[in-house]
Order: sequence, then C-alpha cells, then structure tokens
Amino acid sequence: MHGETDLSFRASATRALGDTQLRANFRRAMDGLMAKRAAQFPDPKDLQELRDLGTAVRARSLLRLPELLEQLEASCARNGIQVHWAETCDQANAIILSLLKAKGATRLVKGKSMVSEEMHLNAFLESHGIESLESDLGEYIIQLDHETPSHIIMPAIHKNRGQIARQFSQKIKDAKYTEDVDELTALARKVLRQKFLEADAGLSGVNFAVAETGTLCLVENEGNGRMSTHVPPLHIAVMGLEKVVARLEDVAPLYALLTRSATGQPVSTYFNLISGPRSKDEMDGPREVHLVILDNGRSRIYGDPQLQATLRCIRCGACMNHCPVYTRVGGHAYEAVYPGPIGKILTPQMEGVGVRHDLIHGSSLCGACSEVCPVEIPIPDILVRLRREATHADAASKVAGKGTGRTLTEDLAWRAWASVLRRPRLYRVSAWFATRFRRFIPGGLPLLRAWTMSRTKPLPAPRSLQERLRSEGLPRV
Amino acid sequence: MSDPRSAILARLRAAGSEGALPALDTAVLERRRWTPAERVQRLRQGMEAIHAEFLEARPGDWPAVVRAFCEREGLRTLLYGPATEAGRRLAEAMAGSATTLRPYDAPVETFKAELFQSVDAGFTTTVGGVAETGGLLLAPGPQEPRLLSLVPPLHLALLRASTIHDTLWSAVRALGWGQAPPPNALMISGPSKTADIEQTLAYGVHGPKRLVVVLVDDLPGTPA
Repeated sequence: MHGETDLSFRASATRALGDTQLRANFRRAMDGLMAKRAAQFPDPKDLQELRDLGTAVRARSLLRLPELLEQLEASCARNGIQVHWAETCDQANAIILSLLKAKGATRLVKGKSMVSEEMHLNAFLESHGIESLESDLGEYIIQLDHETPSHIIMPAIHKNRGQIARQFSQKIKDAKYTEDVDELTALARKVLRQKFLEADAGLSGVNFAVAETGTLCLVENEGNGRMSTHVPPLHIAVMGLEKVVARLEDVAPLYALLTRSATGQPVSTYFNLISGPRSKDEMDGPREVHLVILDNGRSRIYGDPQLQATLRCIRCGACMNHCPVYTRVGGHAYEAVYPGPIGKILTPQMEGVGVRHDLIHGSSLCGACSEVCPVEIPIPDILVRLRREATHADAASKVAGKGTGRTLTEDLAWRAWASVLRRPRLYRVSAWFATRFRRFIPGGLPLLRAWTMSRTKPLPAPRSLQERLRSEGLPRV
Repeated sequence: MSDPRSAILARLRAAGSEGALPALDTAVLERRRWTPAERVQRLRQGMEAIHAEFLEARPGDWPAVVRAFCEREGLRTLLYGPATEAGRRLAEAMAGSATTLRPYDAPVETFKAELFQSVDAGFTTTVGGVAETGGLLLAPGPQEPRLLSLVPPLHLALLRASTIHDTLWSAVRALGWGQAPPPNALMISGPSKTADIEQTLAYGVHGPKRLVVVLVDDLPGTPA
C-alpha cells in the first residue's frame, strides 16, 4: 500500500520549503509558543524536578501497564463506564459504529482526539452515513477544507486569518467575509452550539485515565470537550492504551507539565474529570459512557525496553514547537497523523521503519526535542536506534518493518568503504586518487548526490594527512 | 483467535516489563505553599490574567451582591440549583428582582432548547479553589447539574476564600477525589477561550463568554 514514492518526507519537505506563506505561518507560531513556554518555567531547578516527577509517574505507569489497564477496566465498570478493547483501528471504528447504531445515532460531535485521527474515524463514520463533526475550533477549520491536523495541539496552525476568513465566508451559510478573529470565532460558536444541542452522541479523547478511580481526564480551553462529553445522551471516549496512570494525584504534575509545555499556559480553562455517566438523580450528563482502548502497534513498541519510552508521551507538542525541521516544513510534510519529532519516532514504529525511512533520517539530531520534552523521551537516541533497525536489525528485534530500509546501493557503498579501510595499500592508492583528482569527482555519483542535491560538493584536501606528516619528516604510522 | 482484550494483555505481559518502580519525589509540589491571604491574591491574579472577573462579598451579603450584579448587567434569567444552602439564600435575596431566577430542577431533556437559547447566566457554588495557577473546583451533581456552569453565556461562581488550596495536587488530596471522585469534577480557570486562529486569543468560543467569581471573604479576622 505504501511505496517509498507515496510517502517521501524528502519530497514533501522540499515542496513545503518553497511555500513562503506556510513558512511564515509556522515561524511566527512556533516563535510565540517557544517564548510562552520559556516564560512558564522561570526556574530551571523547579522545571527539572517537575520533569523528573512527570517522567517517574509515566515510567511507573508503563512498568505496571497490564495491571493498570485491568484495574482501569474494573474501576470504570464500577462507575458505570463500559470498556472496549481494540487491537486495530478497524476494530475500534467498528466498536464505535456499533455503539452509535445501537442508539440510532446519526449526528456525532467530537472533541479533539488524536487517536480518532489515527483511526480516520470521520471518514469511516461518514461512509456509514453518520455525521462526524469536529467541534474544536482548529479541527473544525481543517475539517471544512478536508485537511488533516498540521500540529497535534493547534491543528490549523498552518492557516492564517485571511485563509480562514475566505473559507468561512464560502462554507458557512449566511456568513459574511471578516478577518476579525472574534467575529470568526463567534461564527463558529453559532454553528456549533446548534450542533451540540442536536447531537445524538459525543466523542472525545482522553488525556489521562486513572486506574484507581476509573476517571477520564480531559484538558481543554474551549469548552467543546465538555459540550461533547456532557450534552449528548451518549459519550464515547477513545484512548491509546498507554494513557493510564495509577492514581488521580499522579495526574497533577503531568497536568502542570502539559499545559505549560504545550501552550505556555499555567492552567487550561477546563480540566474535566469524568468518572461516570449521569447517575439516577442527576438532571444532565450522558446516559451512557464508553471507553475504547486502542492498541494499534503500541503493545509491540512496549515490548522493547528502549523504545518503550516512546509511550511516555503526553502529547504536548513541545518537541514540534522547538524543532528546527518542523518549524521550516510544517506538519503536513510528514504525511503522518503525528508530525514533528515525536511523530518521527512514533510513525515508523507503527507503520514500519522501511516505508517511513525518510522520517527517521529527516532529523539533524540536534536534541532540542529531548531538551524540552516534559517526560524526557530520548528522541534522538530512539531515532538513531530506528536508523539501525531499518538496516541492520538483530533477530530478536520487534520493530515493525525491521531491516526493510536497506538499499542495494547503500549496502554496496558501505561494503566498498569497509574493504578499502581494511586494506592499507588500497586505502593509500584511493587517497592518492581522491586528492589528485579531487576537482574531477562528479557530484552526481550515487550517494554523493544525496549530499550535493542541496549543498556544494565537498572538496578533498590536496594531500592526505599521512602524506603531509611524512613530508614533515614524521615516520609512517 | 483470542479476543482483543486477551491478546493485548498477553502481548503486554510477554514484554515482561519488570523492575523497581522509580520513586516519586513530590517535593516540588509540596513546597508550593502560601498563607490564606496570599492564596486569595494568587488565585485572583492567575484568573484575572485570563479574563475572569471578581465580585467581592462577605459571608452575610453575597446574595445581595449577586442580585445587584444581575440587575446592573440586565440579566433576564439566572439558572441555579435550588436545593443547595446557597441556592436557598440566593432565592430569598432575588425575590422581586428584575432578573428571573430559574431553578434547574428537571432533566435537561425537558428544556434543552431553552437552556441553549434563552438562559442568560448560570449560578453555581464551588468546592474550592487552586492558588498556584488560579482555578475554581466544582463537583457538579444532582443539586447543581453539569451544564449549569457550561451552557449559559455567563457563569457566576461562589467561592469562599477559606476553601482555596495551594495546588491542584494538594486540592485533589484534600477533597478525597483520589478515593471517591464525583461522577464529574472540574477545574475552571476562566471564560471559554481559543487561540486556534493565528494564535490570537478569543474568548467565549463554546462555553461561557464571561466567568464572574463571587469571592466571599470568610478568612478569620474579617468581619461578617
């Protein structure tokens, strides 16, 4: 299904680099987000302590993952929340469809959920005649244009207000053209409040799920998450299986890290803790709450002690905001649900390191991502590991698509290189040719071309170091 | 073929992730402490920075403060939970007011369209506040339904100064939410907002456009 030509980060990144409007949109947004985050962590010691605590909470959760998931299921059941398990996105979609069909639901409103993006839930439900409407303003904007999110926290970050103004005036009934952000927001409010009122069901993601209490925690600013989870008679939540933590108080440090790292806010407008459907004496709230726990490759990632750190992620997006590559090419160039540094390690592990070879190499390994990661995921180390897995995986490796990133040219080149380096005489002859004919090495040679495509050809020195040392009278080594 | 649940759990167990659990050093949370007066100050600063508004009141006069506010703002209807002690006091104070007090005492299905289209404001109590960042803690339930603080365009929230905790962490512990959480619990720090268009803040996107905190000074040493 995926050929290398279909999913080439190199090609799409090159296209994105030529789009000056897109680059300006991202540059401005990322600069703002970096400054806002920095302002929230004025004390480096405090920040480090908080990161250590957050990392420990996530690491503890992962160490006990199977037990915590079972405990979560039992606690949810006690609270009246029904838990469903899905190994694949297809299974998760089928579960949601059957829950909706059982209630005769045809209108679904959605709070923001990256897992539902992973499932391509909107397209799936629409193919079954169910309206699946995004209600987060950013998600609503991109859904109007049939686009995917370009950032996990700010999905419409690639668009500027002029583009959104044109889109609203063309696609929202009776809307007049305006570039005023308050007026644009009011337009969306008017449309979406009617949708909340009429919806048969609401869907949300989960930021943290608490095993001990059976609580689903949702972090948001707009209130659309509360609308989606409390107004319709049916609430379905979807989560990746890594989202569980042991105790409710464990959530506090993660929450503190999440809002500050993501948008530079000390606190979100709403922190919504859902521990059950409407009780018999309540006047509102959903009659039913369901939780769908999705695997989709996560349990395989879990099987590797080093790669498991990928699952610590709390989806704050700070790695994107600080990534020199992401800032220049934007989120869509990655052609993946999760863009940026976290996407570069997550997507290849879900879809295969061979088909996503470009992603694991599309990094300068500068380390900005791991420096800001609130749960200290060693993203550059994992990238290097995945690069190795793509070509020289060991037999016990569980990495998806291991060894499929090998190409014949690269293989031959490395073999030639190794054989030259192992034979001193051959090495000296090669060095003599490379230095004497240094100006005549064609830049278009295979492999060398990967360098010369966007850089000047490196010029070998006129004499090798060994030759120079000998001419200075040093003995041959 | 096994069911998805068993298959997932079996794969996770096969990974055999074992080892000592890393310790949780919560010192960074524990040292965030303030005096009661500082807590009020911090909460207010944090929330005002994101456009929450404050009305100052004393234990004896807050219902009158709420009434004066409603009339000043020309609110036509104020939705409230009639069964709470605060609700009863509010009802007494609002007798004869130009603002109609509407009890939320029937299932939402009986007046959903009205709730969305013609209620001007909702009044709720709170179970506490968070000083560190600013934030109100609410535990909606039978007496004060979930949508009371969400659907009306203005949310009036009653906060007693003595119930403000240092941090979210200490509040969760003190309120016992980690043992027996209510079906819905909330922290609310301001009016609904978004920055999804060009990172420009806009208020009142889906939830209330205004959050007005009725801050009751019940700290020791303050005259009632």
